[in-house]
Amino acid sequence: MSHEHRDDTGARFGMWVFLYTEIILFSGLFLLYSVALSKFPHEFGVASHKLNIYFGAINTLVLLASSLTMAMAITAIQRGKIKQTIVLTSSTIGLAIVFLINKFFEWSAEIGHGIYPGSEHLAELGPGVTQFFNLYYFTAGLHGFHVIIGATLIGVVTVLVKKGKITPERYVLLENSALYWHLVDLVWIFVFPLYYLIL
Amino acid sequence: MHETEHQHPPVRYRTLVFTWVALGILTGLTIAASRINMGAANVWVALGIAATKSCLVIGIFMNLRRESRLFKFGLMAALVVLAIFIGMTFIDVLYR
Repeated sequence: MSHEHRDDTGARFGMWVFLYTEIILFSGLFLLYSVALSKFPHEFGVASHKLNIYFGAINTLVLLASSLTMAMAITAIQRGKIKQTIVLTSSTIGLAIVFLINKFFEWSAEIGHGIYPGSEHLAELGPGVTQFFNLYYFTAGLHGFHVIIGATLIGVVTVLVKKGKITPERYVLLENSALYWHLVDLVWIFVFPLYYLIL
Repeated sequence: MHETEHQHPPVRYRTLVFTWVALGILTGLTIAASRINMGAANVWVALGIAATKSCLVIGIFMNLRRESRLFKFGLMAALVVLAIFIGMTFIDVLYR
């Protein structure tokens, strides 16, 4: 019997270490948000009302559903159900695309209303509203970038499952891409109430 | 070859679906709570619900509850670093 060097727990821990740094990365933006909020509480309320709560809420549910399908994909491969695994990871990618399409329409509408970083309309609304939207575009933009990376990674994983490179005996890459995807969901769990739901 | 000690037993679909339903209910709750004017408490309620949702995602979807102590310690360390950042920032901002 050939000996294969392998450490799945170590591989997962490596992913977690990366996710700890991702937490700190996004926390920097939330920290800027909290300082700006304490400085401009009224303006942040005014600015938040310009965001479409329906887009935010639907995208929250879409991401939660995509996290569910990704978590289920791990159970499926552990049970040896390859077809189910592929359906579930593909559903995750589909939901990621739905999220991005929503984001496209949402941002198009906002930019159409003259709300984008550096716009004259924002300059007229004052520094508080401007700070809100600068942070909103940066945070949601960085998050959207993570959605694209995550969906691409899950696409690669899906192909590897199809090719038999990821198997019920060896699926740590699927687990790690799922961990990354759940982080994307976690960030949105904070973005949604903090940006869309200020009274 | 047995490498099963590196792998967890499957989480049941039912557990995952229940978690997802709970996350959906908490999302509804955070929307409802945000429409009631509680002054400064609004943001704390929102953060409290978001933290609860995070615990569900991290504990069950990310399966941290079944990982070793090292994983949990790492998360704690990241959160402590974050708390220090927040504390130092606000000591600066509030007492300028």
